[in-house]
Amino acid sequence: MAEQPTPYAIECRELTKTFGSVVANDRVNLSVRRGEILALLGENGSGKTTLMNMLSGIYRPDSGEILVNGSPVVIASPVDAMGLGIGMIHQHFKLVEVFSAMDNIILGTRERLLPPRELREKITAICTSFGLEIDPEKTVCEMSVSEKQTVEIIKVLYRGAQILILDEPTAVLTPQETDRLFAILRRMKEQGCAVIIITHKLNEVLAISDRVTILHKGKSVGTVDTCATSQKELTELMVGRPVVLQIDRPAPHNPETILKVVDLTVHKPDGSVALNDISFEIRTGEILGVAGVAGSGQKELCETIAGLCAADKGAILYHKQNLVGKTPAEIIGLGISMSFVPEDRLGMGLVASMGMVDNMLLKSYRCGKGPLVDRRPARALAEKLVSSLSIVTPGVETPVRMLSGGNVQKVLLGREIESKPNLLITAYPVRGLDINSSYTIYDLLNEQKKQGVAVMFIGEDLDVLLELSDRILVLCHGQVTGVVDARTATKEQIGLMMTGEFSGKGGVAS
Amino acid sequence: MSTPHREPLLRVVSRPEKSPRQILLLRLESVLLSLAAGGVFILIIGYNPFAIYGTILQGAFRSKMAVQATVKYAIPLVIASLGVTLAFKMRFWNIGAEGQITMGAVFASYFALFCSGWNHWLLLLVMMAAGMIGGALWGLIPALCKVRWNTNETLLTLMLNYIATHIVAYLRDGPWRDPEAAGFSKIARFDKNASLDKVFGVHFGWIIALLLVVAVFIYLGRTKQGYEIAVVGESQDTARYAGMNVRRIILRTMALSGAVCGLGGMIQATGADITLTTAVAGGVGFTAIIVAWLAQLNAPMILVVSLLFSVLEKGAGVVQSTYGLSSNCSAVLQGVILFFILGCEFFVRYTIVPRGKGGNRHAA
Amino acid sequence: MLLKFLVAAVAAGTPLLFGTVGEILNERVGHLNLGVEGMMAIGACAGFMAGYLTDSFAAALLAAFLAGILAALIYAVLTVSFLANQNVTGLTLTIFGVGLSNFIGVLMISRSENKTLKLPETITAHMRSISIPGLSDLPVVGELFFSYNPFVYLGIAIALAVGWYLHHTKIGLNVRAIGENPAAADAAGIQVVRLKYCNILLGGGICGIGGAYCSMIINSGVWISDSVGGLGWIAVALVIFAGWKPGAAIAGSFLFGGLRVLKYYVPKGVIDIPIAFYDMLPFLITALVLIAGSMKKRRGAQIPASLGLNYFREER
Repeated sequence: MAEQPTPYAIECRELTKTFGSVVANDRVNLSVRRGEILALLGENGSGKTTLMNMLSGIYRPDSGEILVNGSPVVIASPVDAMGLGIGMIHQHFKLVEVFSAMDNIILGTRERLLPPRELREKITAICTSFGLEIDPEKTVCEMSVSEKQTVEIIKVLYRGAQILILDEPTAVLTPQETDRLFAILRRMKEQGCAVIIITHKLNEVLAISDRVTILHKGKSVGTVDTCATSQKELTELMVGRPVVLQIDRPAPHNPETILKVVDLTVHKPDGSVALNDISFEIRTGEILGVAGVAGSGQKELCETIAGLCAADKGAILYHKQNLVGKTPAEIIGLGISMSFVPEDRLGMGLVASMGMVDNMLLKSYRCGKGPLVDRRPARALAEKLVSSLSIVTPGVETPVRMLSGGNVQKVLLGREIESKPNLLITAYPVRGLDINSSYTIYDLLNEQKKQGVAVMFIGEDLDVLLELSDRILVLCHGQVTGVVDARTATKEQIGLMMTGEFSGKGGVAS
Repeated sequence: MSTPHREPLLRVVSRPEKSPRQILLLRLESVLLSLAAGGVFILIIGYNPFAIYGTILQGAFRSKMAVQATVKYAIPLVIASLGVTLAFKMRFWNIGAEGQITMGAVFASYFALFCSGWNHWLLLLVMMAAGMIGGALWGLIPALCKVRWNTNETLLTLMLNYIATHIVAYLRDGPWRDPEAAGFSKIARFDKNASLDKVFGVHFGWIIALLLVVAVFIYLGRTKQGYEIAVVGESQDTARYAGMNVRRIILRTMALSGAVCGLGGMIQATGADITLTTAVAGGVGFTAIIVAWLAQLNAPMILVVSLLFSVLEKGAGVVQSTYGLSSNCSAVLQGVILFFILGCEFFVRYTIVPRGKGGNRHAA
Repeated sequence: MLLKFLVAAVAAGTPLLFGTVGEILNERVGHLNLGVEGMMAIGACAGFMAGYLTDSFAAALLAAFLAGILAALIYAVLTVSFLANQNVTGLTLTIFGVGLSNFIGVLMISRSENKTLKLPETITAHMRSISIPGLSDLPVVGELFFSYNPFVYLGIAIALAVGWYLHHTKIGLNVRAIGENPAAADAAGIQVVRLKYCNILLGGGICGIGGAYCSMIINSGVWISDSVGGLGWIAVALVIFAGWKPGAAIAGSFLFGGLRVLKYYVPKGVIDIPIAFYDMLPFLITALVLIAGSMKKRRGAQIPASLGLNYFREER
């Protein structure tokens, strides 16, 4: 490519950031021009968000240099970032829920307070020029996810941002909403903005970006032109070595239905429907994968089966026993052995500030007579797990929050497997783990499968789901759009089902 | 071209957690610093700090009676601190110890006033039970509102403190008024039969306090219920995940927290005051929060910190009689010490990096 | 009789008004400052002593204001910069402030000539009811609206100004955003730490003036210990009662002031309620308001969402 006379809109040189003893970013380089969309690709936990938070002034880099329009700058706060024309759209929206869209948009800007009418006109003008739609008077807490994102986008445009950073903007959007967002991003590009979009979805990278920078384990491992690359190359760069996913898939041995979900309907606390009349079954000795866009009801599905979330209608039959309406304690009381590895490991599955021993107790502390807790079996179990799963920890009393993500997951999964379940529910068990830890987890799950345990695997990476599962259940907006045989289904087919297209009967497993 | 944005002069960086030894050293440093700051204050008002500090220490221990008085100060403080610790461990901000102490004293006083003819030990037992029930009820109100409507417990327990105090005022002016009192209305002094016996010159509340230290230590550290409290305090989601009934645990723990405080109120009324006054709690409920926090919710440490506070309290009384300075100097000193320790906690988890030093060099 | 009661209610409510408005400023940035009582006590002491030593009413007011700010500075440094526990810090500030105020009072008395502290006439003159020619002489209206000491008008003016600042200015919008969601405010470019300091310090200063009212007016210019006497805690309660709005705080303060003096004005024998019950009313009503507020499903004009939580930008 010919040397460009204009400097980069934004350029990072050798940025490093550590949190405590964790190196989140290690000498990262990145650059983007005006009128260009750069995709920042990387697995969960590869340091994408940390990098972007440094560009937007939320975090301070420990070392390295940031250049805007060719001159070095120090971004000490979001105000500095804004002054330099950098606008960030966070993954978790930073909006004041009780304020209107309008109040959120003008929040923190330097100008004086405009009369509401003028302000509305100004916002409408921005909206029309980029093809956005919003009701400025609407309170944020009454908005849908996509509306909230629109407010965030208008917020940065209102501040005259020329460099836009979007952190995983599509994770919570439907395909239609994603298309609309991409149209908006292209319009920004035409108007000379520099856009950085953070994602780990390869198809989106190829659809929207001009160039791709790939992060792996906190390091920038390469930048390629989108038109000259392929999914395969990107995957290889992203996971750090050329991988052909090769996950074992032993054939299910004598599957029989252990859990039957019938016409299950669940509402979220805010009243919206999380699961809408779904039915399916889980069998022993097989892995049932669950695919779907984030927030399609996976969380509620797991929690309802585990008895943490109340069902409004329907039944969950374990053999012939209905679990709906029972508390976790009652389910255990029925002699049903079920294990649940939740998505939020440190916030739900484990007690972050306690050591391994006390975390082992979480499920077993009721055992034994009398009011006292017996920590000896828990200690023995903790020590056993440390050696059998090679968990790296200074000691079994070290708070688990000090451990790395992979080790935390081993502690959690290890504890759940040790309770000898016959049904194991895992939600995103490899999220944020490096490739080696992920394989350890796959092996553990296959091990359970071979022992006749029914495994439910909620995943986000379709390649993994297709390789690991026996059958895949696809969720879309709280509905089951199909159950397919993982050995014959294709990624495209599942992708379509995730977007709400009901599959033809052909792919449906018996 | 100039660089438009400069590095800030100082900035805060979070650091790997320090070792317990380093943390202890940090705390000791901050106590020394606070004593130095208190000394400067004493110097400014024209006294010799060493002489004043010396008087405080000596005043608390100079005679058998002084030691007894110091212990007497410590008893309600230890018990109330243990009470709030139960709630704090669950991250339930019970700042209503003051009210729970008062209600415990009220319930116990009923029997002290109207059943004073009963068998001494039976009466004491009934009064203890009544005190615990009174405190427990007062602790249950905010807990119920919390689990039912998620009412802010800090503010509600605060309000309940004053409602309790005024209940005492009502009893004093009305139904329980001592008919023999001239001038200001007050509640009659309890019969000897209804007051706590003395052991080694101090009412036997100190034995109860020591027993409670052991009990709370075991309860929180070794029992299933204590484990549940710790999990609920850390994360209610985790507790639910583990099949715990979070509502029941909150209610049970707050009842217990109130009961312990209520017992403290009963002991204060029947052991130290030998009557019921609106000042039966007298700020102990608030100081207890500070003690519990300083002791990091550790029962044996609560005993130590309470004793230190009592030394300060008793010593300040001696400073008053010796130098004519107000005994309020103990409150001032407590405040200064706490401000420093509160400040130092920050450095356990964070560090301040001056401009130009750039990096986070603490990575392990 | 009714007129006298209303006038007395306003006078009794004024120190509450200062404390409440000061605390609203704190809570609007998410800081539950339980040190109101302490800040008022320090203001009470500083105001009185400055007046006593300088014979100047203006100096007394200024000293009370500055002392309140200094007391609030301790709280702000510890909770905003050092992220200390707000409850513990506030309680400590109260214990420290009340102790310091009484301590200095005793010290000054011991060094005074006749072992009492009384403000000079040049100051007490300022604290009498002002008289506006023409207006104050009007029947009923004159007494009800134009018969108070200058603190009353100052308090109302401050409350109105703070209300306008919080609800009708750009900075006020930013301040409320901090109280709701400091991370969002920060990302929007609001100087969270700076605004928190400004609000907490200003709130402390206003509490300080309220304290001066207690020491200089309630006891007609004679120093006594514990002159604030728990008014700071009622102010904390009033903030809830007023729904975190300074405008409502004016009405709330005078209502609570009325409750405090009601016992002197209820005709004997008509309604026979024990006096202690009147004293309890402010707290009882506030507790009920608090519970009723939490029962409502919709959160509008309610407790600031981040109240009691500290904010550190790089937390993760």
